Amino acid sequence: MAYKIVGKEKLNSVTTLFEIEAPLIAEQAKAGQFIVFCIGEKSERIPLTIVKKDLKSGTITIISQEIGKTTKELALLDKGDFISDLIGPLGRHADFGKLGRILFVGGGVGVAEILPVLEYAKSEGNNIRAIIGARTKELIILENELRKVTSDLTITTDDGSYGIKGLLTMPLEECLKKEKFDLVYCVGPDIMMKTVCEITKNYNTKTLVSLDANMLDATGMCGTCRVIVGSEVKFTCVDGPEFDGHLVDWGSFMKRQKRFAEEEKVSLDLYNKHCKYKK
Amino acid sequence: MKKQDPKERIKNFEEVASGFTEEEAVKEAKRCLMCKKPSCVAGCPVEINIPGFIKAIEKRNFDDALNLLKEKNSLPAVCGRVCPQEDQCEKMCLLGKKGKAINIGALERFAADRELNQARGIRQQASEKKGKKVAVIGSGPAGLTCAADLAKMGYEVTIFESLHKPGGVLIYGIPEFRLPKRIIEKETGYIESLGVLFELNILIGKSVTIEALRKKGYKAFFIGTGAGLPHFVGIPGEELNGVYSANEFLTRINLMKAYLFPEYDTPVKIGNKVAVIGAGNVAMDSARCAKRLGAKEVFIVYRRTENEMPARIDEIENAKEEGIKFELLTNPLRIFGNENGWVKKMECIRNRLGEPDESGRKSPVPINGSQFIMDVDTVVCAIGQGPNPLLLSTIKDLRLTKKKNIDADPETGVTSVEDIFAGGDIVTGAATVIEAMGAGKRAARSIDAYLKR
Repeated sequence: MAYKIVGKEKLNSVTTLFEIEAPLIAEQAKAGQFIVFCIGEKSERIPLTIVKKDLKSGTITIISQEIGKTTKELALLDKGDFISDLIGPLGRHADFGKLGRILFVGGGVGVAEILPVLEYAKSEGNNIRAIIGARTKELIILENELRKVTSDLTITTDDGSYGIKGLLTMPLEECLKKEKFDLVYCVGPDIMMKTVCEITKNYNTKTLVSLDANMLDATGMCGTCRVIVGSEVKFTCVDGPEFDGHLVDWGSFMKRQKRFAEEEKVSLDLYNKHCKYKK
Repeated sequence: MKKQDPKERIKNFEEVASGFTEEEAVKEAKRCLMCKKPSCVAGCPVEINIPGFIKAIEKRNFDDALNLLKEKNSLPAVCGRVCPQEDQCEKMCLLGKKGKAINIGALERFAADRELNQARGIRQQASEKKGKKVAVIGSGPAGLTCAADLAKMGYEVTIFESLHKPGGVLIYGIPEFRLPKRIIEKETGYIESLGVLFELNILIGKSVTIEALRKKGYKAFFIGTGAGLPHFVGIPGEELNGVYSANEFLTRINLMKAYLFPEYDTPVKIGNKVAVIGAGNVAMDSARCAKRLGAKEVFIVYRRTENEMPARIDEIENAKEEGIKFELLTNPLRIFGNENGWVKKMECIRNRLGEPDESGRKSPVPINGSQFIMDVDTVVCAIGQGPNPLLLSTIKDLRLTKKKNIDADPETGVTSVEDIFAGGDIVTGAATVIEAMGAGKRAARSIDAYLKR
């Protein structure tokens, strides 16, 4: 059986939103959970956050940034096309409940991962502030969706083309200096999450991160996504993807994330050389 | 039976043993004594009429041979290859007392392959539809057997599988050179032809709960989710790049076909020197895969001696022929990495054998001061797998054992929940394909009895 793409929207030159028919997943999905997809017979299995679900249409929404061969292949698919495999919802869902004041921090495509959790936090009655950042204006995604949930939104761009110029750690520090947050929820590139955790630790503010580990089966069977949290080995797919960012061993995690970098490059180079549909 | 030359086969993933020719099979079948009380059958967990199918081969009634096999065994092409016949049917063979036991496994494989190669199905006896739905969770050997038997009894069976291909350990675990994937496709195709529905990419407990399936009209459940939790050794350095669980290593290679990278997208990194920790079949499979993928040296690192190795003798022999080296009476202590987080060496200690432990095998005792360093860049942990808790934790009142396996009656598969039955590695811990199939078969009988009440 295959899974039909029923909607596609290009969010910017490298990021695409897909709405996919998956009624069972839509029925069960909760904030913070993810799916694993496989485009076809020869494809790898890649995890992506469930950004939205629609029970009426039986669909889920995923947002993918083109990084390697698989995400580039995905971006070429259109409404009406099929992907061969889709499993979910996987991982634990957010369940922090009502805490009070929560600061959401999203970097780049990580904003797609904070949106559902932010909506969940709002529905639990939390008071929300959000900071999102990207390299440049074009790469800021889901701004309007976030504004629907919180009016308290700060945007940064590295090049100053939109919002505050600089890294999002600047407004983050300011926020933490000014007021006490009950939780920081942060998703973005690994190095950004690591830095944010270092900052929030200074302010003694509990910080949850959602790790985008390399996965295979994503059901706890292989252990490729293992990460050291506190002194324990955890599997991101079943114990996560959400972890206490102050306990994550970022050094070893970030090294593990690069373990197939050479092969990923081989795949991508071959793809770029041969793909006729390249835009 | 012909085998590929070790020098050649370490360069490919083609099947090692090529199977009997027709003449070889008939000749071997003629050796059978046709015992009045065949003890071989008693040694078979799925009760195959062994003398019956051997007789049919002798008479060249190959379709009859296959029908006799499939009466009891829905996966004969698989069993003919991976069953430890030497510990089961062949162990009981009278001929084996004085000389060489009948090669029952090879004969089973011959009969099954003949059908596979000719691409034609065997006759199906249609049984009366019972109009009751049964859900089988997991499409490994236990689930496939249970589903096939229930379908033959007339139940409407759906198999739910979390991976994107059916077969469980047969597809993700056992390598192509020991069990070609086309065999599994054929065998699962046969089970589909019995009317069994395969629902892939469904993780019961996450995608849908047992409770929801009950509401959808499923009257009984069989859990055969296998040993889906990798065990690591628990030594420092296991987070390093280049350390794999055997589950990961084999899943990349077998299910995702990493040996065909970059034609297939999923990579695996092998390195020059590979240490596989453990000495069961999974360890041998991992070591032999590593060799085929270009490792210069591959070591089996095992804490006891060859006598205690859990792997099949054939597989140990195959591994030796292929140049796998054995570091016996050796325990890993810690893995060291380089500045980029990659494995560069492993510290080990030598053991001597002491008193037998609870497994009945002599226990390894480390020898003080015998520490040494192995230069390796890849480590595969193949020391066993436990039960994956994901599904089990979602089922109310399901009683588990101390080791977190399902507490089920080994004879009937009955669990603490009335409509849930279980069998295979999820009950016994990691064991063999055929034992899982036996459990699936017995559970099918209990499910039938339960649904007939």
